[in-house]
Amino acid sequence: MGNSLNAWSEALIGFNLLGLPLGLIVIAVIPLLFIALYSLTYGVYGERKISAFMQDRLGPMEVGKWGILQTIADILKLIQKEDILPTSADRFLFVIGPGILFVGSFLAYAVLPFSPAFIGASLNVGLYYAIGIVALEVVGILAAGWGSNNKWSLYGAVRSVAQIVSYEIPAAIALLCGAMMAGTLDMQQINVLQSGEYGFAHFYLFQSPIAWLPFLIYFIASLAEVNRAPFDIPEAESELVAGYFTEYSGMKFAVIFLAEYGSMFMVSAIISVVFLGGWNSPLPNLGSFALNTWTNGPVWGAFWMISKGFFFIFVQMWLRWTLPRLRVDQLMYLCWKVLTPFAFISFVLTAIWEIYVP
Amino acid sequence: MQELDTVGQGSVRVTRKSDKLVILEKDLATEQMVLAMGPQHPSTHGVLKLECLTDGEVITEAIPCLGYLHRCFEKCCENVDYPAIVPYTDRLDYLSGMNSEFAYALAVEKLLDLEIPRRVEFIRVIVSELNRIASHLVAIGTYGIDLGAFTPFLFCFRDREIILGLLEWASGARMLYNYIWIGGLAYDVPTDFLKRVREFVAYFRPKAVELQNLLTENEIFVKRTHGIGIMPADVAINYGWSGPMLRGSGVKWDLRRNDPYSVYPEIDFKVAVPDGKHSVIGDCLSRHLVRAVEMEESLKIIEQCIDKIPSPEGFNSRSAIPKRIRPKAGEVYSRAENPRGELGFYLESDGKSTKPVRCKARSSCFVNLSAMKDLSKGQLIPDLVAIIGSIDIVLGEVDR
Repeated sequence: MGNSLNAWSEALIGFNLLGLPLGLIVIAVIPLLFIALYSLTYGVYGERKISAFMQDRLGPMEVGKWGILQTIADILKLIQKEDILPTSADRFLFVIGPGILFVGSFLAYAVLPFSPAFIGASLNVGLYYAIGIVALEVVGILAAGWGSNNKWSLYGAVRSVAQIVSYEIPAAIALLCGAMMAGTLDMQQINVLQSGEYGFAHFYLFQSPIAWLPFLIYFIASLAEVNRAPFDIPEAESELVAGYFTEYSGMKFAVIFLAEYGSMFMVSAIISVVFLGGWNSPLPNLGSFALNTWTNGPVWGAFWMISKGFFFIFVQMWLRWTLPRLRVDQLMYLCWKVLTPFAFISFVLTAIWEIYVP
Repeated sequence: MQELDTVGQGSVRVTRKSDKLVILEKDLATEQMVLAMGPQHPSTHGVLKLECLTDGEVITEAIPCLGYLHRCFEKCCENVDYPAIVPYTDRLDYLSGMNSEFAYALAVEKLLDLEIPRRVEFIRVIVSELNRIASHLVAIGTYGIDLGAFTPFLFCFRDREIILGLLEWASGARMLYNYIWIGGLAYDVPTDFLKRVREFVAYFRPKAVELQNLLTENEIFVKRTHGIGIMPADVAINYGWSGPMLRGSGVKWDLRRNDPYSVYPEIDFKVAVPDGKHSVIGDCLSRHLVRAVEMEESLKIIEQCIDKIPSPEGFNSRSAIPKRIRPKAGEVYSRAENPRGELGFYLESDGKSTKPVRCKARSSCFVNLSAMKDLSKGQLIPDLVAIIGSIDIVLGEVDR
């Protein structure tokens, strides 16, 4: 497998047409298309259907069979909408806010290993980059909230910045535990190290008795980082109307939405890479039934990666439609007094485990 | 740690160390911001506007501004006959139209000294208790939404739908019934109505438990409501609170018990008050718990009514309805226990006209809302939302 690593993306890099680095463009377009397609299908339509299932109703049923085309209809509607710019808004910040937000969530896709043969940029500090680049979203949120010149937006933005900045600490420490177990920050290498014929038993979640703690901490913190319930305080619709995007409509709103779904998959992908083997098949080899060998490879890898990501997104949706919302101070309490200390504890314990237990 | 205002600009944050004031920070000049919450805010339950003076996220003052839904109920009543007021009362508290009609019918019947057939009384109690459950379901569901839990709301609406279906079957309308008339009912209930109601009671009991598991026993829900917006019993009484709000403060006051009307004296039910084990008495959680328990009690009342109701043989729901309502000169105040508290009607008749000279509705929501200023002081914005939700206002009744 070592030979085939990044084979597709490396082949694409070499692909030039008339001096244009067409291959690089394709590499960038693939995650973009993925975000758009997945938000369209699984993100919006799936969330509506999943929430409908949980709430004893049908969800979208009108447009197309089972309402499959509902999202397309919604997008057509959003495109037709007038692009409203409030007169008292700060034009520059208002326009650039959603852009920064989307770029922040999209940039992290560069280091997501979609398959053993495909990664946007195989950085040796991939995990570090992924943790760092997400912070760019904060700038976008602040720009959107401040630029809207709306009190609710400002509240939402300030809350959001405080929340994301705080929750990055336990999230980063929890991911460090995984990085410590791997001994590398390279996302692709972390995956390679979790390969093996026993499938899921090689995943870091099952490799150490403490790994569930950083896993859980990162999952909770990632919910807060992408502003999902029960931490959707920045956009708490019953308190702050819609938080930092109260004033947004039309395609700008759609871009913010896309960024949110993009971030959702991004954190789900990171958690599956670091703790659940990323593109590795969870099936073990059972004697002559070499399930693991059969279900590994570049295409299978993409399948496992995306399925694992979707599974975590499903859990996020599940939580969203079950739990009420925390209060601002309770959120900070949870971050600073519960998650951060436990993240440190798990960090120390993982270090001890890695040093003393071979 | 306390905050003291100094002479001049700004404030200082000080702390006491062995009886000495130690200045921590100087010149913390914070500007207060006026935040208009509503009338189009999603969690003000209609068109309530709260003018909040905020210091960061802390509310220093919240003043309710009313009148966005004012429809001159009282003035309208002076211009129509007594029976024509019944549809207006539906529109007071549109989530519990039956209860409002019931309260109004009681008032006019008291003015006229009417004798009501027993079956009518029982049907009135059944439909109004059904409506009480429907109303509490909305209250609990929207309270969940206020705190960010969306799913319980739809569970509540699913069950409320069945009640609305039943009431529609009986009266022909889903919310604005015009069913309880002065001296009787618009129609007798349909043939299988009571059987269906009994089926609903059997269906709803486990659903209520499910709702409790999902919402009331949720850790985050309890965290958000426990100890928030505490109203002591004496202050609550001074404000004139009634209904679940007053009972949430630990006062065992239910007009169905304390000033019984209709057939309530014959019926065995418990007046729900918080025991203080799960909640601080008088907080948002207590009020929520009271509503939850009241739904169960309403189920009990409905069951007993179905057992006791006289048979429909030879029954005419309009037999006691007066042909022409022209009460003797006088005045009357009559009150009934609505889902949101005491709904009272004051009627004055001059003895000549078929229209009341004065009709005044004592609205429970309006009175309950008046404590907003006290309740909101020093709370965070999310807590303010929790408090408004726990008051469970219907703006139709507040503004009238």
